[in-house]
Amino acid sequence: MISIKELTYHYKNGPALRFPDWHMQQAEQWLLLGASGSGKSTLINIISGLLRPRTGQVMMDQTSLYDFTARELDRFRGRHIGIVFQRPHLVRSLTVSENLDLARAMAALPADRQRNRQLLSDLGLAEKSGSYPDELSQGQLQRLSVARALVNKPLVLIADEPTSSLDDENAEKVIALLREQASANEATLIIATHDKRVRNHLNNEYQI
Amino acid sequence: MNIVQIAGKSLLRNKLNTFLNIVLVAFGIGILSVLLLASSQISDKLEQNSKDIDLVVGAKGSPLQLILSSIYHIDFPTGNIPAAEADALAHNPLVKTAVPLALGDNYAGHRIVGTNAKFISLYNLKIAQGRYWKEDLEATIGSQVAAETGLKPGDKFYGAHGLSDAGDTHRHNAYTVAGVLARSGNVTDNLVLTNIGSIYKMHDEHEEAAGHEEEHDEAAHEAEGTGKEITALLIQYRSPMSVVLFPRMVNQSTSLQAASPAMESARLFSLIGVGVETLQWFAVLIMVIAALSVFISLYNSMKERKYDLAVMRCLGASRSKIFFLVILESLLVTLIGSVAGLAIGHGALYLIGHYQESSQARLDPFFFSTGEAWLLVAGIGIGLIASILPAIQTYRADVAKILSKS
Repeated sequence: MISIKELTYHYKNGPALRFPDWHMQQAEQWLLLGASGSGKSTLINIISGLLRPRTGQVMMDQTSLYDFTARELDRFRGRHIGIVFQRPHLVRSLTVSENLDLARAMAALPADRQRNRQLLSDLGLAEKSGSYPDELSQGQLQRLSVARALVNKPLVLIADEPTSSLDDENAEKVIALLREQASANEATLIIATHDKRVRNHLNNEYQI
Repeated sequence: MNIVQIAGKSLLRNKLNTFLNIVLVAFGIGILSVLLLASSQISDKLEQNSKDIDLVVGAKGSPLQLILSSIYHIDFPTGNIPAAEADALAHNPLVKTAVPLALGDNYAGHRIVGTNAKFISLYNLKIAQGRYWKEDLEATIGSQVAAETGLKPGDKFYGAHGLSDAGDTHRHNAYTVAGVLARSGNVTDNLVLTNIGSIYKMHDEHEEAAGHEEEHDEAAHEAEGTGKEITALLIQYRSPMSVVLFPRMVNQSTSLQAASPAMESARLFSLIGVGVETLQWFAVLIMVIAALSVFISLYNSMKERKYDLAVMRCLGASRSKIFFLVILESLLVTLIGSVAGLAIGHGALYLIGHYQESSQARLDPFFFSTGEAWLLVAGIGIGLIASILPAIQTYRADVAKILSKS
């Protein structure tokens, strides 16, 4: 279970952000809605442990993120939180398969070739495992970033504006892919978006 | 996948930049390594060849030239000295040992040295094959001479005029190889040793031979008919008092010159030192440029890769891991550059040695110095200095801000 309680965040020279409390059960799928600049990315960064709120708590399975040391929090994030960014942000010097290995290595986990093969196969990238990101299409890059977020079997899969630069057809595909993969991996899914096309796909909504 | 592999892959992606940085570091280290190896070897050779010789007595002229020709066998002698006068000095009570040298000929560029059995004990020589010379026109050759010429005991060869291999050959008399010396690591490896009688015989008979029109270019040939001559006398003192008295006595009361190997070697090094120092500063300048180049390319690379590094943090990398990744990339470049530089240094020494005219002073490419380890440390240090600023910048980077700007 993931919950946030009495969270506030204050940017320098900016307004204070106050987030309503939020409770999510394991494997639930949520939309995080809000207008541009409302603080969706800030909340995602707080849940991921990349930003520390001014007040409040983020709990994962009864553990506060702020009980961890900085290094423990980094490792926790690597192992239990998968993030899909608006842009794929893959490491260009590494192949498709190595990008997945990188995700495991950064979380101090050994490479798992079987897991790589399975994910790449599920996402239609099996034949691209030795290719470099520069050799992939935009759709393939997006799928690879989903695979990277899932490779460590996270408790939470967070996608930040995954459809904002996609046409309708591809936006549909990405949302379907995220839902399908989150279900397959029993991960809690949070999709942060202000894209109206996404609203009909998930029942749970959290509005900022 | 470990951090070294990640750093290596990143460097391989920017092949040209990486290569240029490696080349810069390699040239800097290479020049420093040549200077280090060459000066260490020259210094070692000077020490090895002169360690048991307190003084050299020869004809008046340049004392440095006298030392170079009589001990290191890399210059022409200053002239000849009367054998009788040399003999009188050899029996001076201040002298423990006096070893006569008669120079003037060579075989395939290796100097033929007429001397006596004291030369063997002075240099602590050992025989590898055959025996020492006994009779006139018998020779015992150094290990390097044997290796380069293929001569072995029983073989015959003709000496040639002068101290380089361009002189006329003494066709009227052949030397017979009596033995080959074991390698001693000093100048004797490159010498052909015989008795003084052989040198006299070679030149007396040569003078008698019809049609000899050329002037001998070396000292031992000048004074036939006016008494026997030798080229120099290598002297060991009997007591510390000799250090003060004997050279002064030679220089003031005889027509000869006394030169101290220690003083002349020090003078030689101070002369060479100016050039070496200039080259050292040049190499240091190259190293500074290399450090700057590594810094600039790392700095630019960090700007390009800030999203990569931010994503790595999202994937669970700690700040310190990212910090070390940046440091490691720089260290890999400078370490590879440094190792390549050391290889360049030894390769350059091989080429220099290959084209060196004088086999006596030939530089050995397989000579290793402990200073090379310090060069390696210096190379790694440069990598560290060049990367520290980009690494700190990456360490402090606000991941959330970088990703939100993307």
